[in-house]
Amino acid sequence: MRIRALALRIVRQFIRDRRTIALLFLAPLLVLTLMYFVFNGQSVKPDLATIGIPAEWHSKLEQAGAKIEPYSSLPEAEADLRKGKLSAILSTEGNRFSVRLEGSDPSESKSALLLIQQTLQSDIERDLTSSAWSAKLDISYEHGEGRLTSFDSFGPVLVGFFSFFFVFLLAGVAFLREKTTGTLERLMASPIRRFEVVFGYLAGFGVFTILQATLIAWFSIQALGLYMDGSFWLVLLTNLLLSLVALTLGTLLSTFAGSEFQIIQFIPLVIVPQVFFSGLFNLDAMNPWLQKLSYAMPLYYGADALRGIMLRGEDLPDIQIDIYALLAFSIAFIVLNMAALRKQRAF
Amino acid sequence: MAERAGEKTVRSNRTDDPVAAIELLKVTRSFGSRKVLHEIDLAILRGELFGLLGPSGSGKTTLVKLIAGLDAPSGGSVLLLGERMPNRRVLGRVGYMAQSDALYSELTGKQNLEFFASLYGLSGARRTERIASVMKLVDLTEHLNKPVSAYSGGMKRRLSLAVSLLHEPELLLLDEPTVGIDPVLRQSIWTELLSLRDKGITIVLTTHVMDEADRCDRIGLIREGRLTAVDSPEGLKRASGASTIEEAFIVLGGGTRA
Ligand SMILES: Nc1ncnc2c1ncn2[C@@H]1O[C@H](COP(=O)(O)OP(=O)(O)OP(=O)(O)O)[C@@H](O)[C@H]1O
Ligand SMILES: [Mg+2]
Repeated sequence: MRIRALALRIVRQFIRDRRTIALLFLAPLLVLTLMYFVFNGQSVKPDLATIGIPAEWHSKLEQAGAKIEPYSSLPEAEADLRKGKLSAILSTEGNRFSVRLEGSDPSESKSALLLIQQTLQSDIERDLTSSAWSAKLDISYEHGEGRLTSFDSFGPVLVGFFSFFFVFLLAGVAFLREKTTGTLERLMASPIRRFEVVFGYLAGFGVFTILQATLIAWFSIQALGLYMDGSFWLVLLTNLLLSLVALTLGTLLSTFAGSEFQIIQFIPLVIVPQVFFSGLFNLDAMNPWLQKLSYAMPLYYGADALRGIMLRGEDLPDIQIDIYALLAFSIAFIVLNMAALRKQRAF
Repeated sequence: MAERAGEKTVRSNRTDDPVAAIELLKVTRSFGSRKVLHEIDLAILRGELFGLLGPSGSGKTTLVKLIAGLDAPSGGSVLLLGERMPNRRVLGRVGYMAQSDALYSELTGKQNLEFFASLYGLSGARRTERIASVMKLVDLTEHLNKPVSAYSGGMKRRLSLAVSLLHEPELLLLDEPTVGIDPVLRQSIWTELLSLRDKGITIVLTTHVMDEADRCDRIGLIREGRLTAVDSPEGLKRASGASTIEEAFIVLGGGTRA
């Protein structure tokens, strides 16, 4: 009864606050769309300078998506390479082939190198006995059939991140306002139980969280065409659990904040580290001891589950550890929230 | 709901119940090393209109919050309506109005009242009826559907008072209820408070306004966390040899005529 009243009140407050609704629902879509255009655009066409390369290779490289610019002398090409006009120079000297890469943009260099390797390896193998390129590459893909763009591969993490971030922010600010305007104290002067306050908040925010999670998942998969190999319901479940953690963590931390600005100060402390450990960046090269930090971060489990579901088509048994971890975080934060409310009323 | 049925029987024999509505036994409250309330002993009787009078920072709000159960004493004990605090259930029989308005400014007056009414277990027709009744009392009926952000300061104060009256509490704790309210409306609110008192409701309020203190059954003078005198307005004047409460307050409060 009191839980319902609290939830209804939160819904009513939200509906009156158009800006906040927009932040919750439209901001994630906007940023996702931007990310989509940045990382999913046409792959960069490497500019290749060629010197003394057979003409038939030119057309092959061009078909593979390179922009070919024949040069007559190496120094001339190298000058342009230095200025950044070229991605790579492909040249022959006697019967040796050499590729010189521009190198300041690793992804561009990599794509240039890959393109050269893939289009020319069979020819090089046949025509010359170059020791360096003699092995024939046999490329195949376990997931995504080679169609995955970088957006596809970190899209699932973003989907989880936005559910987490915006719910954290809004719940934190909403609960803080309750505290600073004195309404929380007024609430505690009524015979409400502490758990009713916490669950009222969960229920009220839950309504918007479900809508937001559905919208983000639907938009990224249907409208942006994010690669999706698993069950939509599992994506939704994971997103919901992530938002639940965000909600309980946000309200908990707002107990330690005195103003909206102090909530913002939690972002670099609480949100940013989680982004680093969530799988956006490959952690294999990191100190194994540091890697273990990711086990303390809710977003890590959410992102792991979402990637599993969307990229590898994993089912519930495969992601259950992540689900349990998220549930455990939520329960722990709920208990801590109830304890923190003791600050408002001694019992 | 069973809880509320129980309250009704308590209320019906309340007037001839000799037990004090509020009993404070050696209540102290410290913030860190600073003692804000010093061993307060006070009994407020049922059906009494009790005023707490004291300068700014003397500890009135701290005392009211202790009574309302929002804060726990560092020492001593608080008995509220016969129940030893802390006790959650007894809060349903108390109406509390904080010194600063605690309202949801995005919501309309009506939505605020609906929310608080639900917290006290009011629903359906009874809730509608209570909302209409308290809003009439504080003269806000025509502003029922305005968002609170569009209310004036005095209107917010009146809405806070309405919230505290919603569930027909047997004890009212009002922290400076009439601040920012114009004289005409203040008059009508006092008329209402007196009629609530006559119905047997215990009222504890804090005030800075002397003529308000004069209308209380008894006054507690509080100064630097100490209860310096507790008596009826006449008793205080007699004891201090002063003709007005204001003078009595100065004499009894600090012991000096400033
Ligand atoms: N949370 C707190 N932490 C530290 N000190 C506090 C706290 N709350 C109140 N105080 C101190 O306790 C003293 C009494 O404060 P209180 O709010 O009870 O005064 P008051 O009589 O209600 O004053 P006013 O008439 O201005 O409302 C003040 O000196 C105040 O600084
Ligand atoms: Mg005060």
